[in-house]
Amino acid sequence: MQNFPILSLITFLPLIGMIAIMFIPKEQVKPIKILTLVITAVQVILAGLIVAFYNYSAGGINNPESFQFVEKFRWIEISGLSWIGKVKVDYFLGIDGLSAPMVLLTAIVTFVATLSSWNIPKSIKGYFALFLLLDTGMMGVFVALDFFLFYIFWELMLLPMYFLIGIWGGPRREYAAIKFFLYTLFGSIFILIVMIGLYFSSTETLVDGTKVFTFNMLSMMNKANFTPTGILSPFNPNNLRFIAYIALFVGFAIKIPMFPFHTWLPDAHVEAPTAISVILAGVLLKMGTYGILRVSYPIFPEITHQLAWYIALFGMINIIYGALCAMAQRDFKKLIAYSSVSHMGFVMLGMASLTTAGISGAILQMFNHGTITSMLFIIVGVIYDRAHTREIDAFGGLANQMPVYTGFVTLAFFAAIGLPGLSGFISEAFVFLGAFGVEAIRVITVISTSGILLGAGYMLWTFQRIYLGQLKDKWTELKDLSFREYAMLVPLSLIIIFLGVYPSAMLNIMNASVNTMVKFMADAQTLYSAMVRF
Amino acid sequence: MINMNESILINLALVILFLPVIGFIVALFLAKKVKKIFLFENFVIILAFICSVALLYLKLTYFQSKDIVSEFQWIDFGNVPLFGKLSVELGILLDNISVIMLFAVALISMLVHLFSIEYMSGDKRYNRYFAYLGIFTFSMNGIVLTHNFLMMYIFWELVGLSSYLLIGFWYEKKSASDAAKKAFIVNRIGDIGMFSGILMLFTTYHTFTSDKIFYQISQGALPFNSEFWLTVTGLLLFCGAIGKSAQFPLHVWLPDAMEGPTPVSALIHAATMVAAGVFFITRIFTMLTGDALFVIAVIGALSAFIPATIALTQNDIKKVLAYSTISQLGYMILALGVGAYTFAFFHLITHAFFKACLFLGSGSVIHNMHHEQDITKMGGLRKKMPVTYTTFLISSLAISGVPLTSGFLSKDGILAGTYAFGYATGHWLFAAAGFFVAMLTAFYMFRLIILTFHGQPKDQHKFEHAHESKFVMAMPLVVLAVLSIFIFYTPNPFNPEQGWFLSKWIKAPQISVPENARYSFMKPDAAQKTEPDVNKSETAKQEIVYSETYTEALHHAHIPAMLLSLLMAASGILLSFLFYQWKKFDPDKLAERVKPLYKLSYNKWYFDEIYDAVFVAGTVGLSKSLAWFDNTIIDGIVNFTADFTRIFSKLSGKFDNIVVDGLVNFMAYLSGFIGLIFRKFQTGKVQTYVVLVIFSLVILLFLFKTF
Repeated sequence: MQNFPILSLITFLPLIGMIAIMFIPKEQVKPIKILTLVITAVQVILAGLIVAFYNYSAGGINNPESFQFVEKFRWIEISGLSWIGKVKVDYFLGIDGLSAPMVLLTAIVTFVATLSSWNIPKSIKGYFALFLLLDTGMMGVFVALDFFLFYIFWELMLLPMYFLIGIWGGPRREYAAIKFFLYTLFGSIFILIVMIGLYFSSTETLVDGTKVFTFNMLSMMNKANFTPTGILSPFNPNNLRFIAYIALFVGFAIKIPMFPFHTWLPDAHVEAPTAISVILAGVLLKMGTYGILRVSYPIFPEITHQLAWYIALFGMINIIYGALCAMAQRDFKKLIAYSSVSHMGFVMLGMASLTTAGISGAILQMFNHGTITSMLFIIVGVIYDRAHTREIDAFGGLANQMPVYTGFVTLAFFAAIGLPGLSGFISEAFVFLGAFGVEAIRVITVISTSGILLGAGYMLWTFQRIYLGQLKDKWTELKDLSFREYAMLVPLSLIIIFLGVYPSAMLNIMNASVNTMVKFMADAQTLYSAMVRF
Repeated sequence: MINMNESILINLALVILFLPVIGFIVALFLAKKVKKIFLFENFVIILAFICSVALLYLKLTYFQSKDIVSEFQWIDFGNVPLFGKLSVELGILLDNISVIMLFAVALISMLVHLFSIEYMSGDKRYNRYFAYLGIFTFSMNGIVLTHNFLMMYIFWELVGLSSYLLIGFWYEKKSASDAAKKAFIVNRIGDIGMFSGILMLFTTYHTFTSDKIFYQISQGALPFNSEFWLTVTGLLLFCGAIGKSAQFPLHVWLPDAMEGPTPVSALIHAATMVAAGVFFITRIFTMLTGDALFVIAVIGALSAFIPATIALTQNDIKKVLAYSTISQLGYMILALGVGAYTFAFFHLITHAFFKACLFLGSGSVIHNMHHEQDITKMGGLRKKMPVTYTTFLISSLAISGVPLTSGFLSKDGILAGTYAFGYATGHWLFAAAGFFVAMLTAFYMFRLIILTFHGQPKDQHKFEHAHESKFVMAMPLVVLAVLSIFIFYTPNPFNPEQGWFLSKWIKAPQISVPENARYSFMKPDAAQKTEPDVNKSETAKQEIVYSETYTEALHHAHIPAMLLSLLMAASGILLSFLFYQWKKFDPDKLAERVKPLYKLSYNKWYFDEIYDAVFVAGTVGLSKSLAWFDNTIIDGIVNFTADFTRIFSKLSGKFDNIVVDGLVNFMAYLSGFIGLIFRKFQTGKVQTYVVLVIFSLVILLFLFKTF
């Protein structure tokens, strides 16, 4: 199984699907939808196979040997370019405990989002084609180990996302789409610059013994591979690693989104169709934190140590600021969008701890937030499809009208609040456990715990206003869930409950990698400490 | 049978733990489809009760002075860098306290289930109600059975959930959904403290298992190596109890929680869940420093006193009982604070029975009075509802501390404890508060009885329709009232210490904190603590040792405390008869005379108003201003950047158009213009060219000549 190119398959299957859709006449709506559904279902199966054949003891992170399902071959090679010499880019895929949960999450969320796309009103063909392209981009980001390839996938998902919001979105879709596009592009440019800087600072030894510049992320994680004079080389006394780190961090932070770069998110969510909101919150936001863990942390470990306190601080701001902003929202969807800001703050706090418990909590929180928030956006979508409004105060007493739906809402809301027995609790608890153990960020952690109180506050208040109380007359026609909606909500609910009761299922996958990461970061502190900074 | 295997007990405990959750799942999913599914839930609870009786019997017979422990690994992080082995265990502990508590929970839960069959009949969410009772019982069992802080927290929150669901059961009423929300959020405030305490413990000891933590404390390992932080940790954990047991200043949620169905109030908000806070403190008692215990005693005394003063003037039958619950829980917390551990737990159990009886009795009244809860509109029900009246009276006697009842034994013990504490340390205020509240309790309880059951009916119409409850509702009342009689706890109605409950079953644990951080009357250890062994599933219990002065004080306190508490109860009851039965004094006139005090009591000391104005309005205000800030400033900057770029690009477009392009055009124009002039020279005539060449040559020569 390890030699089968399963990662390429899971990544490019949607692209093949997209091409196939191009050949289906646009009137053939049903085949297009079914094809997409089949492709995403196959993706879930493939992701399941990956987990089934996953070697739990392999660490990954900086060690190419312990990555799994690796595919590596030369992709681009141009030689004899004056002073640059030979340019080579590898097609290098592989997963470890950091990316495996994300691959699984992407497959699941995309499948659910496909079901959620069933009632897209216009240009079905274009929609699903772009949707599948987006799928390839997302999957690619999580499996790429070559920076160049990573960047291509990163940019690849930008384009379909822009059109998916801009064409199929709500009334202010153009504003939201362009805001999303420009904001993310703005961040991508930083990533691009740092990528090029790293390329010219690190080398890789080829089989024939020659040293060439490299985009290989794993090479960049080894200090010995840096050139003596490269602009981002730790050996260069005048290196710009600190600035590069901040630039790269901003690039990723926009995606998380981290305060103060978060304002694109509420607009994008409010305008995007439900399925795209699900993808956006379920997968796209994770790319920010994934990028930091995959790229920033191991390539710039010494600066990570320097700035960990600030990452925790911004995590705290995200938690509290996001929660307070959510509390003031009148639009249901916007409220959930701000709650994402708050919940992603936990991820940052856990990451900043640089401990096993904290980073495990952070990755698990990425996964759990993906499933829980997907569910929350579907819940908003269910009500919006029926009532055509998302104004919280317009509702009331829906629990009686739609009891089964309200049951799912209760589950999702309490999962978001972090109720034990549901998955959100475990990840938040481990984030706090990890972060509290680090003396430098202990105070930040204690202040952050108020986030779980505020979370309960705005969630229960919203729950009360929409679902409890007397039913308003205008909503007596609302129907309870349809089969398709069941098909979306049931799998997510089962995952939330399963991981709440048996979190080891996910923690075991990531454990070896997290320990490798923590060890690597700790070693790096001594390794880099003798060197000149800035 | 002497080879009684401890694994049988563990399995029995697990069965008791998980039976209700099965009931919950089945009843929830079949609520709509199977009309009689509530019977399954009832069956499951009865089964759990039978198991808990068996467990109680086996534990007290074969393992009376031993603890049975079972642990399993829940999460394994393996060998963590810079840390060592890291794993998270969950586990259960069967000691006498947990099996007795489990029995009480199972019994009251079963009785409440039975009571509810009739009480809730006709409700449109009938089956779901029983499902919720099931998940509550499951969560409560979890709290009782575990000795692991993480597992405790998990079930602690689940109890919060079930409480939320049941308080808000009639969610169509805004007051009910408000109360549910309030209960959950106020509890969460305490839980954050508790969670921080758990974080502190885990950071220091790398485990959640209480035995291991207590052992390490007894070996001198303290959080941040200081006794101060040990005190802080203890108090943080205590925050959880403040929330759950509705202690001052987080007591405000409990009276509102009376919006839930009355059997729920009996089960959750009187007998079991609110007692979980006290139970938790008995679990962590051994790690509490003297300073922490003192703070706990202060909170307990305030919580006993303030609600008692409020209960004096309330007219809602359930609200009076709710305030009395807070007050009684305050007694237990106070008892723990002054080191009277055994009496705190004793009172927890006796209170659970008689308070459940009182609440179910009030439910019986409310049910038969067509949901009337105002006691000023009742009266004379004694003859109409003899069973309810008798059981209510017995429980009231118990809560007032009248001899021959269980409440007399336990409350007297607590008062003796405060007395001895005063004797040993010189802090007499706790004793004063304790005795004073005893009088208030007797007064408001008998005010309640007289207004409800004695005198003339105020609402003739409702009175005529009132009748005694049916068997399923009356039977639980009788069982609980019978359990409020002394004989179940001790053969001597005046000395609880001679009973099996205190002499054999319940022992205060040995204190783990460093000697100089304890109360002075808690003596040094007689024996070294033994290290808890994971592989060994049972350990011998080690008891606390008190100093001789304290033992002596407690001995001396026994008679005076008993007499004084009797005096207090008697005067409270007498006063209430003088006011309400014989009408020797007019309560309204008294209220008029001490108007500020009356208003303070009637308005519940204005806690709700203050909290609303400060915390609720403050948070909402902050959130609104932050949302404005986010929308206007942060997003404003983003939009400004976009606008700025756009304007800049427009300007640069203009610049490009006018200046850059202008320059280009100008150059073209200029060259055209020059061309126009020079064109003139290009005549095509050779003569003109020759002249021009010669002329130019002359000029050039002239120029070069100068060099």
